[in-house]
Amino acid sequence: MKQRNKIIAMILMMVTIIALFMLYNTGPNLDYVIPRRAIRLATILLVGISVAYSSLIFQTITNNKILTPAIMGYESVFILFQTVIVFIYGDKTFQVITHQDNFFYAVLLMMAFSFLMYVLIFGKSKQNIYHLLLLGLVLGALFQTFGQFLQIVIDPNEFSVIQGFMFVSFNKINTDLLLIAGVTLLGALLFGQRYLKYLDVIALGREHAVNLGLNYNKLVKIYMLLISLLVSVSTALVGPVTFLGILVTNLTYELFQTRKHRYMVWLCSGIACVALLLGQFLVEHIFNFSTTVSIVVNFVGGLYFMYLMLKTRKAI
Amino acid sequence: MICFEKITKTYGKRLVLDNISCSLPKGKITSLIGPNGAGKSTLLSIISRLLDADQGKIYLDDICISDYKSGDLAKRLSILRQSNHIDLRLTVRDLVAFGRFPYSKGRLTADDQVQIDKAIHFAQLEDMAHSYIDELSGGQRQRAFIAMIIAQDTDYILLDEPLNNLDMKHAVLVMKTLRRLVDELGKTVVIVIHEINFAAQYSDYIIAMKDGKIVYNDETDQVVQAHTLKEVFGIDFDIITKNGKNICNYFNIET
Repeated sequence: MKQRNKIIAMILMMVTIIALFMLYNTGPNLDYVIPRRAIRLATILLVGISVAYSSLIFQTITNNKILTPAIMGYESVFILFQTVIVFIYGDKTFQVITHQDNFFYAVLLMMAFSFLMYVLIFGKSKQNIYHLLLLGLVLGALFQTFGQFLQIVIDPNEFSVIQGFMFVSFNKINTDLLLIAGVTLLGALLFGQRYLKYLDVIALGREHAVNLGLNYNKLVKIYMLLISLLVSVSTALVGPVTFLGILVTNLTYELFQTRKHRYMVWLCSGIACVALLLGQFLVEHIFNFSTTVSIVVNFVGGLYFMYLMLKTRKAI
Repeated sequence: MICFEKITKTYGKRLVLDNISCSLPKGKITSLIGPNGAGKSTLLSIISRLLDADQGKIYLDDICISDYKSGDLAKRLSILRQSNHIDLRLTVRDLVAFGRFPYSKGRLTADDQVQIDKAIHFAQLEDMAHSYIDELSGGQRQRAFIAMIIAQDTDYILLDEPLNNLDMKHAVLVMKTLRRLVDELGKTVVIVIHEINFAAQYSDYIIAMKDGKIVYNDETDQVVQAHTLKEVFGIDFDIITKNGKNICNYFNIET
């Protein structure tokens, strides 16, 4: 199939799945069902774009196709933060602190985490992205275990509040959070737009990037801040969902020839949104909520990815 | 002209470059030779800003390289390191097009297209311009990277072991391409090279390094002498003169 046809096919698929998602089996209470579905749709689109965008950037700056920002411990930072505030305030947490404030602090924390790791690594002129990954991995594990420790200590009723953050769910509906996350995403996208062209060069590796006149360290810092913004959007809205990143980025690499990031981010976002919408649709209407969207997406997407790999293997 | 003054670099406690100063002549091929660990690659990386020196300054046409904007420097000086493993599905032409990035920032103009075609022609890669780089042999891939550097169209071209892992045919092709860059386009080429005979045949000047110091810096024929090479490498050499150029034999020499 030609590139153009593939893109058209993807857009058609997206429109169809959105229509199905909104209109299938609505029942008589349209006034009730449609707005709720619209909010879920908006959530999925925001999450799809931020996961695709952050994973693609992350894989390019690490030159590695099997990593997602999850390895850097961003999500662990988020969950630890939630655990700590629940630990402090107990089940009154969201009477003391609003969802918007919570989101705002989480974003700040994750950006601070990004910056801290950057300073720790590049401040000592080690200048190696693998040190950065290693540090992220270790800190991520540290935060995760510390979070787990607190989760064991706290009251089981309060733990159920945290559990809401720990599992991916598109059924949490919070319009206030949706708005602020949407604005954050839009800001991140507008800010990131002018840095996309440099990613094409960074994909060649540090030495080629420096040779071609990029300020590599500064750019990596900017991308890491951007990633922390995007991961906060997706994690705050639905939970730790960046696992999806490996699948959608690799599908993009397999399906589309282009290596220009200003196209790739949108193709990848499209794939992520289709995958999430399809998964959520199946969960709602076929499985009647007896399974989760992560399982559906990983199962179906994994099979499709294996099919693509086998097909390209034959061609060689 | 590239000058560097009092460059010092340590890795941990190990002194890799020991307060060295030198200048590299314009419009010539200069080869850096020396045993492993002499600091050749480190020096090349420092000159090309891939690595920061602990002390010392590098001047490109009398302006310190730290005073150049990175984007401007990329139009004056290019570097190709030895490991060029890229896990991307790019055609040779796509790769060569990256050489135009300092000029067009990714949006190729008609002039860029002309330069890309010229670079591919110069490196004699027309046949494989549309092949994917991950399907090429090591020698072809190396020439594709050199074509990218040619498209970058810088006055100064630095190459770190461009002949690494190449067979004789491709090694000669690469060296001839570099020679033509200097003779036909007036570029300045600096290479780190291990095979002494390639340095002896194709370079104008040789800088010999040992233990972080420059031990010889002279015209090729002056450096390619039995006693100088013995001092640098610690083994015996037998010098043969053929067509006005020195060739070294260092195999099976009775001592």
